[in-house]
Amino acid sequence: MKAALELDGVTIRYGGVQALANASLEVAPGRVLGLIGPNGAGKTTLINATTGIVPLSAGRVRLGGATISGMAPHRIARAGISRTYQNIRLFGALDVFANLSAGAFARPGRLDAAHAQALLERAGIRHLKLDARAGALPYGDQRRLEIARALAAEPAILMLDEPAAGMNPTETAHLVDTIRAIAASGIGVLLIEHDMSLVRAACDNVVVLNFGEVIATGTPDEIVADPAVIEAYLGTESV
Amino acid sequence: MNVLADFYAAHSKLIDQVGIDALLALSLSISLQAGQLALAQAAFMGVAAYISAILALDAHWSLLPAMLVAALCSTIVAGLLALPVRRLRGIFLAIATIAFGEIVRIVANNLTISGGAEGLSGIPADATTPWIYGTLVVVSIALWLFSRTKFALAIALVREDENAARGVGVDVGLVRFTTLAIGGTIAGLAGALYAHSNFFITPADFGFGRMEQILVWCVIGGITSPLGAAIGAALLTILPEAIRFLADYRDFVNGAILLVVVLFAPQGLAGIRFGKRG
Repeated sequence: MKAALELDGVTIRYGGVQALANASLEVAPGRVLGLIGPNGAGKTTLINATTGIVPLSAGRVRLGGATISGMAPHRIARAGISRTYQNIRLFGALDVFANLSAGAFARPGRLDAAHAQALLERAGIRHLKLDARAGALPYGDQRRLEIARALAAEPAILMLDEPAAGMNPTETAHLVDTIRAIAASGIGVLLIEHDMSLVRAACDNVVVLNFGEVIATGTPDEIVADPAVIEAYLGTESV
Repeated sequence: MNVLADFYAAHSKLIDQVGIDALLALSLSISLQAGQLALAQAAFMGVAAYISAILALDAHWSLLPAMLVAALCSTIVAGLLALPVRRLRGIFLAIATIAFGEIVRIVANNLTISGGAEGLSGIPADATTPWIYGTLVVVSIALWLFSRTKFALAIALVREDENAARGVGVDVGLVRFTTLAIGGTIAGLAGALYAHSNFFITPADFGFGRMEQILVWCVIGGITSPLGAAIGAALLTILPEAIRFLADYRDFVNGAILLVVVLFAPQGLAGIRFGKRG
């Protein structure tokens, strides 16, 4: 059983601006937790706070019961938290294999070609050549390669920041299968996404952020029926 | 064989200088591979040159122990420099390290033990061609072995994207520190060999002009390729002698070559020769 991620009263302030206010949530092993909200609600800030990119103003982050807040980003990554980025951050000048090796950097030993191929398969991009330059891949493949790179770390928690951005409906449908399969392997997934059909299909539970505050938590069906969520984010016609 | 012997006799000084310059290019290449424009190699070289010279002149040490102690000292100096500049990037790192180099030169210019502006003379010329190329071979093998480690991957990741590198578990600070320290070691070895093959040294040997030369070798050869950097150093050390007949136009040709490479082959000679990217 992999470790659970717990955020307890996490607060982030940039000068006078409060980007996150007392946010608490839990990502359980083998479950997919959706994180939704309007632009600027604090979703990416929450990932940055969890991964140590942004220091916490208050609160605590724990992984498997051990406090990881305050640790350097590379130590948090080594502790078992992997992520993808809203704006793709592959090592574009390096090839696919080097990107996957980068993902496995914190693991003991070296990544071999068979393992790399298995990672591509898991991310739904088995057609990619290992010596292809990452920066030259089609956009959707780059998104999935970023997921494969994150999986190479064999994380306890995977944080996906708008993984379907720029994907067509077919690619998005495949992405749902990929995310569910990742969770089925025991990894806890935190999914930031605006595409509500993807959120409803992939997530077990959903947390809604607005102006840095958690305004609702529940199953996808409960969330889309929540009046506060409809008013703050979904609108009356989106569901 | 006589032809080779005659060639060596006529060009031994140039051949030795090529080996030392290749070492200097390798020393900077390490930092450039990590995306660090840390331009203190001439200073590290100077520190080691003076220490090995003083050990030879005052304590009568032979080349090997003097060279090793000098390289250790330049490594420590590089490590100490890495600490205050650890948060600097790009042009700010370049300016800070150039300033450090100038400080080292000025200190050497004013200390009695380093001979002031006149420098030190009478250094035993025991850094022969086998010593220089033996050192180059050892360093090259060490770097080749190093390139096969995970740490070499970390260096490439830091060059590509520091934040993404942190996200996969790379200790960026350690990479920056280590690359500068390794560069200090190699530059130190080159400095000691330089002192022991030139009979005398002065602070002017280790100023910004030298640093600029080393950077140009790496740019011409390929900033992410150690082999390219070494080849760039060799070519640009030989070139002025090969085009000696051009007299005053030699500097013009040097500048024109740099301009052509930067404009048409930004990956340097390594990019042309091996089709290397990144």
